[in-house]
Amino acid sequence: MNEVKCDCGHSNPYGTNLCQYCGKPLQDKDNKASLLDMRYEGAARRSQTYNKSIVDKIWNFFSSVKVGIWIIVLTLIASSIGTIFPQEMYIPNNVDPAEHYKDEYGIAGQMYYTLGFHNLYGSWWYMALIASLGISLIIASIDRVVPLYRALKNQRVTRNDAFLKRQRLFGRSKVEQADKTLIKAKSLLEKRKFKVREENGNLLAEKGRFSRWGPYVNHLGLIIFLSGAMLRFFPGMYVDDIVWVREGETEVIPGTDGEFFIENEQFFIELYDEDDETFGPAMERAGGQTIQNYQTNAVLYEREKTDTVGAVPELEEVKKDEIRVNHPLRFNNFALYQMDYKLNELNTMSFTLDNRETGESIGTIEIDLFDPQDEYDLGDGYKVVIDSYFPNFEFNDDGEPSTVSSIPDNPAFIFQMFSPEHPDGEYSFVGIQRNEDVFGENDYEMSFADVDTKNVTALTVRKDLTLPFIITGGVIFMIGLIQGSYWSHRRIWLKRTDREIWMAGHANKHWESLKKDFRTLAEETELIIPEDQSKKAKKER
Amino acid sequence: MTGMEAVSGNFLLITFFMYLLATICFTVSVTGRKWRDKQGEMKGNRWGSFGFIVTLIGFIFALGYFVTRWMTAGHAPVSNMFEYTTFLGIALSLAFIILYAIYKTNVLGMFTMPIVMLIIAFASVFPSEVEPLIPALQSNWLKIHVTTTALGQGILSIGFAAGLIYLIRTLDFTKRDKKVFWLEFIMYSLISIIGFVLVRYIFSMFQYQAEFQYINETGNEAEMTYNLPPLLGPNEGEVLTSGAMEPLISMPAWLRSDDANAVVWSLGAGLILYVLLRVLFRKPVGGKIQPLLKGINPDTVDEVSYRAIAIGFPVFALGGLIFAMIWAQIAWTRFWGWDPKEVWALITFLFYAAYLHLRLSQGWHGERSAWLCVIGFVIIMFNLIFVNLVIAGLHSYA
Ligand code: HEM
Repeated sequence: MNEVKCDCGHSNPYGTNLCQYCGKPLQDKDNKASLLDMRYEGAARRSQTYNKSIVDKIWNFFSSVKVGIWIIVLTLIASSIGTIFPQEMYIPNNVDPAEHYKDEYGIAGQMYYTLGFHNLYGSWWYMALIASLGISLIIASIDRVVPLYRALKNQRVTRNDAFLKRQRLFGRSKVEQADKTLIKAKSLLEKRKFKVREENGNLLAEKGRFSRWGPYVNHLGLIIFLSGAMLRFFPGMYVDDIVWVREGETEVIPGTDGEFFIENEQFFIELYDEDDETFGPAMERAGGQTIQNYQTNAVLYEREKTDTVGAVPELEEVKKDEIRVNHPLRFNNFALYQMDYKLNELNTMSFTLDNRETGESIGTIEIDLFDPQDEYDLGDGYKVVIDSYFPNFEFNDDGEPSTVSSIPDNPAFIFQMFSPEHPDGEYSFVGIQRNEDVFGENDYEMSFADVDTKNVTALTVRKDLTLPFIITGGVIFMIGLIQGSYWSHRRIWLKRTDREIWMAGHANKHWESLKKDFRTLAEETELIIPEDQSKKAKKER
Repeated sequence: MTGMEAVSGNFLLITFFMYLLATICFTVSVTGRKWRDKQGEMKGNRWGSFGFIVTLIGFIFALGYFVTRWMTAGHAPVSNMFEYTTFLGIALSLAFIILYAIYKTNVLGMFTMPIVMLIIAFASVFPSEVEPLIPALQSNWLKIHVTTTALGQGILSIGFAAGLIYLIRTLDFTKRDKKVFWLEFIMYSLISIIGFVLVRYIFSMFQYQAEFQYINETGNEAEMTYNLPPLLGPNEGEVLTSGAMEPLISMPAWLRSDDANAVVWSLGAGLILYVLLRVLFRKPVGGKIQPLLKGINPDTVDEVSYRAIAIGFPVFALGGLIFAMIWAQIAWTRFWGWDPKEVWALITFLFYAAYLHLRLSQGWHGERSAWLCVIGFVIIMFNLIFVNLVIAGLHSYA
């Protein structure tokens, strides 16, 4: 396309509204208007210039702020719908979601579930909204930032009269001593932290130009943030797992390829003192104890690098730490968080083999509930064999003894007791609160003697390699936001004509502050306060 | 109660009355006679400056409340409904101080200080004992996150106060159209908060309590104490207190029925107060205030409201999203989890982002901008009241 040549001699890209050098309006609409559209300095933006190919059309669609606002508003509405009822991840995980939503929230809940709103933030259309937000951010920013940068870099001090006259703040002052006035004005403006440039006796005072880049910097931060969030879907970037560890035991940490192990030395809970002078009344009103701390004293181990494969791993202690809520144990890119616990889980149980008639105790066996032996030899012809072991006992639908899980929450045994009198063994069924002969009339019985429990801790294992992106994006976003919000770009042009000084001003926001600058000028020099032409322009329209 | 706790409570009381005094000063400065200086120019009067000084004194006492309570509890007092709401009121007064320093608009004080008082009074109906911190809240990020968020919300709320002034100043109250209706609706809502505080104080003066046994959302029996007569009862509730009235209707289990009951009471009390005012004024409440604002320049108020949002938006983004994410990553293992409170912080953020873009590129200034500020405040209040009390989640204080 052809470049547009301005009277001042500067060549502007096709589509330019205001000459980037002297500001002269190049289009009819601006020549007729009483105020110039100063947005993006009248620079040529791709979206305003081309509209032929399909690429142009897509580009123009996403670069429109109107479209951007629609995307933001739709995301907002969609997000709020997701809070009407709890999302699936927050309902109890032992229930059927379809049933749960219907039972708890009636017809509305059923519809909510059918429409997929129970998993709204992971739905394809919510993702699509976020993706279009990102695309819109990228395109809209590129469309504007490049031309804006060029326009602001090229601007000249001496501006075209038509440009000055059509600024929102404009005034002509008759002055006796133009030189003196301009020198005074320059020093006043410099005192107010303006950068003042001079050319042919005219002035351009400018302040806070860097704030113009604020929106683009913050959009860039958002783009990095969103890209970082997307990286989560790549394998290996994100680990979310849980490991249960009993006191005194060591478990491999999932997600570390068997490299790292964690030992639970101790897990405990601390409560607030109910008689506390400060907190007592509040706890009394709440009617319960308040937990002060959940803590796992943990030791982290790393597997020694040995060549032998499959051998029992040699572990090397890496560090000890107290894992509490708000205080995870960190290593490499991993963190272990205190997440859940179970107090007093059964660990070992011991029984004695007794002679029913004499009450004599033959011997004691101690059973590790997680690793019971097949048989326990008591000597002299006495022996106990575990015929069956049900860690979490129940009668199944057929009325047969069975186990719900391998966690010993309700252990039960069928023992076979061997004695000199009964070399074929007698059977006995023993569980918590029950002790039955299988065939009745036994001479021997197993009596419960003791139990040993342990606390169990549950640690969330987390690795998140997207965090550096998220953090970088967040920091850049904040910098841009502050840059664009707490500073504004102000310019004041002073141009000398025969007997007059023409004065015009532009601010990208907060016009009251710019007016204050002009008021100071007027107080101390011959210059008058420029008129705000925006009211006049509104009336004309 | 410890001695220090009592001192702290008294400081807060002094703050409240200082803010009342400040409201009076600002109102006189806006509506009272103006003085002319020697050149015959309108110079306003001194009442605005008095109001500002009284506000500053009140704010110092508020700081005193905050520090002494912190010393008693051993943690920053922002961890339950009473503490957070009080802090929000204090943050709003700080935001006012900042904007007054920039624009010196007395009318802003006339509207903001009553809202601050309303929020502090609202806070005072929640149990105010110092509570121990559960493990999840034991973090420095708690204070950093909560204080920054409240400050951000406070500054954004100044945008609402200025927007409200703009609307009352510019709407045509002789017409009975939609705009007037909605403005009156805002006035009614504010009056309902007064209604709520009044009703709660009246019944607590008589030490009213009604115990209920009911079936809670997990299907178990539980007990609940009402502080107001039960118009709405709990799910399958049974009154245990003799002499207490039977509820008119009972609520489903997932809704906190005592809070819903309080809402009904405040709307009712608000309605009575509002109707009384209408009968007294024979005019819309906004229309009654309008003549007082004759001297106010709408463009200035418009800029104040935009400025407040431009200042508050980054503060809110930092506290409500960024610090929140840092804390969530440490306490809950993930920086974002779509918890209702988190989502509503995001919604607030998106809403004000939309506001900024509409203003910047679609030219939504003046009246439209003012309505948006009102909606923004509604979202903030919704977050405070509804999301905290009714939708249960990780953040729920109730
Ligand atoms: C949640 C997402 C977004 C946030 C937080 C955000 C934030 C901002 C902020 C704070 C500003 C400066 C406003 C002011 O100075 O008053 C801005 C300006 C802008 N935004 Fe966004 N934005 C978002 C999304 C978008 C989208 C989707 C578009 C796409 C059209 C967009 C286009 C623009 C444009 C064109 C400007 C004006 C730049 C200028 O004229 O200097 N923004 N944005």
